[in-house]
Amino acid sequence: MNILYDERVDGVLPDVDKAGLLQALHTQWPDLEVLHQQEELKPYECDGLSAYRTTPMLVVLPRDIAQVQGVLKLCHERQVPVVARGAGTGLSGGALPLEKGVLLVMARFNQILHIDPAARTARVQPGVRNLAISQAAAQFGLYYAPDPSSQIACSIGGNVAENAGGVHCLKYGLTVHNVLKVDILTVDGECLTLGSNALDSPGLDLLALFTGSEGMLGVITEVTVKLLPKPQSAKVLLAAFDSVEKAGRAVGEIIAAGIIPGGLEMMDNLAIRAAEDFIHAGYPVDAEAILLCELDGVEADVHDDCTRVRQVLEQAGATEVRLAKDEAERVRFWAGRKNAFPAVGRLSPDYYCMDGTIPRRELPGVLKAIAGLSTEYGLRVANVFHAGDGNMHPLILFDANTPGELERAETLGGKILELCVKVGGSITGEHGVGREKINQMCAQFNSDELTLFHGIKAAFDPGGLLNPGKNIPTLHRCAEFGAMHVHAGQLPFPDLERF
Amino acid sequence: MHGTADLDDSGALLEQVNGALENATPLRIQGANSKAFLGRIVAGEIVDTRSHRGIVSYDPTELVITARCGTPLAELLQVLDAAQQMLPCEPPAFADDATVGGMIACGLSGPRRPWSGSVRDYVLGTRVITGLGKHLRFGGEVMKNVAGYDVSRLMAGSYGTLGLITEVSLKVLPKPRKTLSISLDMNSERALQSLSQWGQQPLPISAACHDGERLHLRLEGGEGSVAAARDRLGGEPLDSAFWADLNEHHLPFFDEDQPLWRLSLPHNTPKLSLPGRQLIDWGGAQRWLKSDAEASFLRQVVDEAGGHVTSYSHGLTDSPFQPLPVALMRYHRSLKQQLDPRGIFNPGRLYAEL
Repeated sequence: MNILYDERVDGVLPDVDKAGLLQALHTQWPDLEVLHQQEELKPYECDGLSAYRTTPMLVVLPRDIAQVQGVLKLCHERQVPVVARGAGTGLSGGALPLEKGVLLVMARFNQILHIDPAARTARVQPGVRNLAISQAAAQFGLYYAPDPSSQIACSIGGNVAENAGGVHCLKYGLTVHNVLKVDILTVDGECLTLGSNALDSPGLDLLALFTGSEGMLGVITEVTVKLLPKPQSAKVLLAAFDSVEKAGRAVGEIIAAGIIPGGLEMMDNLAIRAAEDFIHAGYPVDAEAILLCELDGVEADVHDDCTRVRQVLEQAGATEVRLAKDEAERVRFWAGRKNAFPAVGRLSPDYYCMDGTIPRRELPGVLKAIAGLSTEYGLRVANVFHAGDGNMHPLILFDANTPGELERAETLGGKILELCVKVGGSITGEHGVGREKINQMCAQFNSDELTLFHGIKAAFDPGGLLNPGKNIPTLHRCAEFGAMHVHAGQLPFPDLERF
Repeated sequence: MHGTADLDDSGALLEQVNGALENATPLRIQGANSKAFLGRIVAGEIVDTRSHRGIVSYDPTELVITARCGTPLAELLQVLDAAQQMLPCEPPAFADDATVGGMIACGLSGPRRPWSGSVRDYVLGTRVITGLGKHLRFGGEVMKNVAGYDVSRLMAGSYGTLGLITEVSLKVLPKPRKTLSISLDMNSERALQSLSQWGQQPLPISAACHDGERLHLRLEGGEGSVAAARDRLGGEPLDSAFWADLNEHHLPFFDEDQPLWRLSLPHNTPKLSLPGRQLIDWGGAQRWLKSDAEASFLRQVVDEAGGHVTSYSHGLTDSPFQPLPVALMRYHRSLKQQLDPRGIFNPGRLYAEL
């Protein structure tokens, strides 16, 4: 089932008079940069999910908030859909443009407005890169905790829109736990402030609702984040296991020992080999699984925790436990993990990164089922796993130039996500639904739940002009998706509630 | 009318909501009524959530607990305690029989809030009976889940105005290995300055309260970090029962006969000059005020400082929560209209317009 916007099942979009809109933009905002020629539009046809591309009707690149407001008002008057985009690093197609829509690029809002060390906050424009915040705060011994793998490039506005995670979520939380306040513009260009510089604000928690709302409810124009004091010390243990089950059990036992590691990552054999070939991190390539366990905090506590975790790992049957002997080795251990995606990318012309979450105890069963699906579809799958918080990233290896392989990879990916739902997990832990997982939303939620989501959307954007087709599927799409599964034979999980 | 046995009574709750929807009867959702003094007075048919109770699942190594709304908060905390775990946001109960549902709906957090996060921060999933008469599930029992809008966290602190929360899944954490409380002799100005400095350093502070005379601190972490901080900060030992007394408003400060106000402020706001007595909690971010001052005056002063005011004295003002800017209220109403089109859930509890 095609993932690009399909008016038949995703809803009819208003026809737009492109020339008229262009003219109106030029007249009202002569300084506003607008791209409209085919060759200028090309670079904006996809985000980080590059398998799916649509050329936008127009791209606007505002430099001040008044222009953003003007564009929104004009598009609202003329009933033109608007897709907001930050750095374009999203992995679920959340910023995939529309042929009948304007792509609103917020990347030029890249100023850090104020860092207040006494308040431990940073007030930034939405196009500021995630890592740039920590770099600017470093002089005060502070940093911004959420660290998605794309942190050198991704922007904070996109992080808020997607509720971005990273490798330190178990201890430090997601974006939603680290943002104090956002300014947004509504679909008709009205400014709202959600949250505050205090720890709470009166009324409903619209800040929580907006975080992760994927550009469907408003456009983020300013963000105030919390900063934390940098941990005094961070140490990493690497443990090798001869079975994935043992590694999985070890994770539970670390938690049972009352320890919350700063980061706790697992990789399977295929991922280990790929990373080792690429980065030479010193990983044991014969291991069936490795765990990377980072302990951070005050020196004395980190030392004690390392001793405890080492004991737990040994008792859990680790074949080898290594403490990174110095900072260089710690960085190398992490470099292997952080480059696991491109490393796997070297094994295959293309790979497709999934993002399901599961209760941790389900890991052995889910990995076994993934191995089964991998055989069934004839595509290799490498697994990297934010083991601490149950977020899996199976990487499906395929070759887009071999006819049918992309489709097979997509189907396999869909099955993995449905498996996550079946064991009580979720189709997306941190990448978002976007366009990519729009069909799997039909497995995660029933029609009444989706109807409530549509109600929330209608409260802020009754005309459905902000990022149409993303995040929440229409009931029509789900009906067809369900029907398609039935037609293909058995429903994959007949006990799941469907409609 | 309510027993103490675990029971899935969601069917009866759904039936009552559906009956109310049919007749457009306003409902007043209540557990133990321990926080009925907060917000505006609601007139409506009572829905008692206490029959729907019990812990649905708890696996300490998953760090997640799921409980029905009528489960006594004390029971939930006891179960966590037995596994050496806790709800880090330490919600106040304000009564022995306070329920889990009320804890989520009011969204109040205790002394650890600035360091650990709020009730909303620990919500992973909810089941909710909606204004369309459906019993739905949002979020789940996993730490990371960005599928769909975050309805679960929206429910935290919504005072039952968007639906009836029947079940909640919460993230929990291991208890710290070491806890130590101390008191330091310093005035409130110096306490606020010190807290602001300490906040920029990796110190294991997990509660900080100035009672008008002394600064009380709680240190939590490993043995090493707590001992090091204790050596550095000095002070006198403090009985750790102080924090529960603070959280539950059992300190003598709260006894005085004047109206009680909660001021939520940026933590580094200097001492505010206001009539009455103040007690500083949350390292400066939450301040309690016993004062006869006018609501409008307090709102203005606190608003200028970047915060907001809540009345904790029932019936004192028609708008116990700080009024919202016009545009923001319009979107609140719009959301209420979508989720509760017949306006049956706790109408007027948060604001007259909702």
